[in-house]
Amino acid sequence: MDLTPWEKVKLARMPIRPTGLDYIDYIFDGFMELHGDRLYGEDRAIVGGLAFLNDIPVTVIAQQKGRNTKENIARNFSMPHPEGYRKALRLMKQAEKFARPIICFIDTPGAFCGIGAEERGQGEAIATNLAEMVMLKTPIISIVISEGGSGGALALGVADKVYMLEHAIYSILSPEGFATILYKDSSKAELAASDMKLTAQDLYHHGIIDGIIPEPPGGAHNDHEFVTSQVKELISADIDELLGLSVDDMLERRYQKYRNI
Amino acid sequence: MSRNFFKSKQYATSKIYRSKPQELRGSDEEKPNVPQGIMTKCPGCSRVIYTKLLIKNNRMCECGYYFRLSANERLVMIMDEDSFTQIDQQLTTRDPLSFPGYCDKLVRLQTQTGLVDGLITGKGKICGMTTYIGVMDASFLMGSMGTGIGEKLARMFEKATYEGLPVIVFTASGGARMQEGIFSLMQMAKVSAAVAKHSEAGNLYITVLTDPTTGGVTASFAMLGDIILAEPGALIGFAGPRVIEQTIGQKLPEGFQRAEFLLEHGFVDQIVERENLKATLGAFLKLHHKEDRRNL
Repeated sequence: MDLTPWEKVKLARMPIRPTGLDYIDYIFDGFMELHGDRLYGEDRAIVGGLAFLNDIPVTVIAQQKGRNTKENIARNFSMPHPEGYRKALRLMKQAEKFARPIICFIDTPGAFCGIGAEERGQGEAIATNLAEMVMLKTPIISIVISEGGSGGALALGVADKVYMLEHAIYSILSPEGFATILYKDSSKAELAASDMKLTAQDLYHHGIIDGIIPEPPGGAHNDHEFVTSQVKELISADIDELLGLSVDDMLERRYQKYRNI
Repeated sequence: MSRNFFKSKQYATSKIYRSKPQELRGSDEEKPNVPQGIMTKCPGCSRVIYTKLLIKNNRMCECGYYFRLSANERLVMIMDEDSFTQIDQQLTTRDPLSFPGYCDKLVRLQTQTGLVDGLITGKGKICGMTTYIGVMDASFLMGSMGTGIGEKLARMFEKATYEGLPVIVFTASGGARMQEGIFSLMQMAKVSAAVAKHSEAGNLYITVLTDPTTGGVTASFAMLGDIILAEPGALIGFAGPRVIEQTIGQKLPEGFQRAEFLLEHGFVDQIVERENLKATLGAFLKLHHKEDRRNL
């Protein structure tokens, strides 16, 4: 299915697309959610917990969009506050302690912009995640399932393997924001979407991601089973591969992966 | 100011130059961002100041308003005389997305500002203590971070890790370099990774947040210092104030996202006045001095 970058942006934002919790339900067994950052609060824009992948215990973290307006308000449209990133980091450190692989599902328009987010150090929270994730002594796999918005996405995206769904996008800023800054006209978002090189195909071409996960005709929402079974197969193979590496080798590869961009 | 201030060494060359940029020198006549004209109006108190006097006073107005410093001015102010050696002087971006008009814009800016990109890195001494230092310059595309700046920072942190030396970074940046898209975003991970390795090896990293420090720079290396200092009144935040106002549809309170606000909320160790910066950095370097450094 040949879509323009702008069509992909619109598709990636469609509320009917499978969300983080849909992937969790399909791929893992016995998901137990864990809440709170132990510092300030619970951020429902990020879901985290423990589950089995096949027979291996793993830590799963997902940015969670709502499927309707009510859910979206509760999830803050999947725009995390600092406490969301700190909860994610808490769970990742816990995963390291118990030698559990980590799987992150990225789906956010971006980290939330607001007074509270700034007061509680949005920048510091994201920065700390980046620096800590590079050093975590356990495998990390991140998958951009729909929207990968800027630093708010990257804060769950420093991983041994990074994938995108076929019609997902991943960018430095929304095309609308980009058009406002560079073209001084937010209505030029369509042009921005193409100039920004934000599609999975672009990112794969530029060596930023490790692979693209195919979607069924029309998009992921048409066949959850099709998409999630592929994700499951992929991450199962990756975890086998990564657990076969020494921790030093794994960390050196992870470092070089970003060092060479 | 000494003409020999920048004892430049070249480690890498630019891939995109069409014309050779002006060499970096420490002289006043060639500084790009000296306020135009003999007199400068202070945005803080509306007083009109004799520009030469303002420069002599490290660009501080009597009212307490801080004008932005160029990277050159900052280095002259902070480093011991004749101690600074620049590294990777010619290193700049690869224009990874072949973004329309970007190369021409860079060449134009390089000619205009005399800078190769929005960051100078190097090694030198502060109060006799050897350190690596990176200084961003907001006059070059708002100090935005692209692959050039990311690569320069990563190389500096790797050198400092190898030599067991501290790193000081003065941040001044609007955030990501839009024209480099996802590559710009990935520099946040790349630089944070190099910072993490430097830190893991037990080395000191100090950041000095100057006006403005926002976006992807705040959300990566600016906030990763062991010690985080800030200049008075500096705007520091993740999202820019205008973006926040648009998002939440209300006016922001006075002093929001200023250095003092960050201190109050626990994100900055000290606010240091410009005239005390050198001595403060020197004191922190002395407190972390390691005797058995590798002799490199």
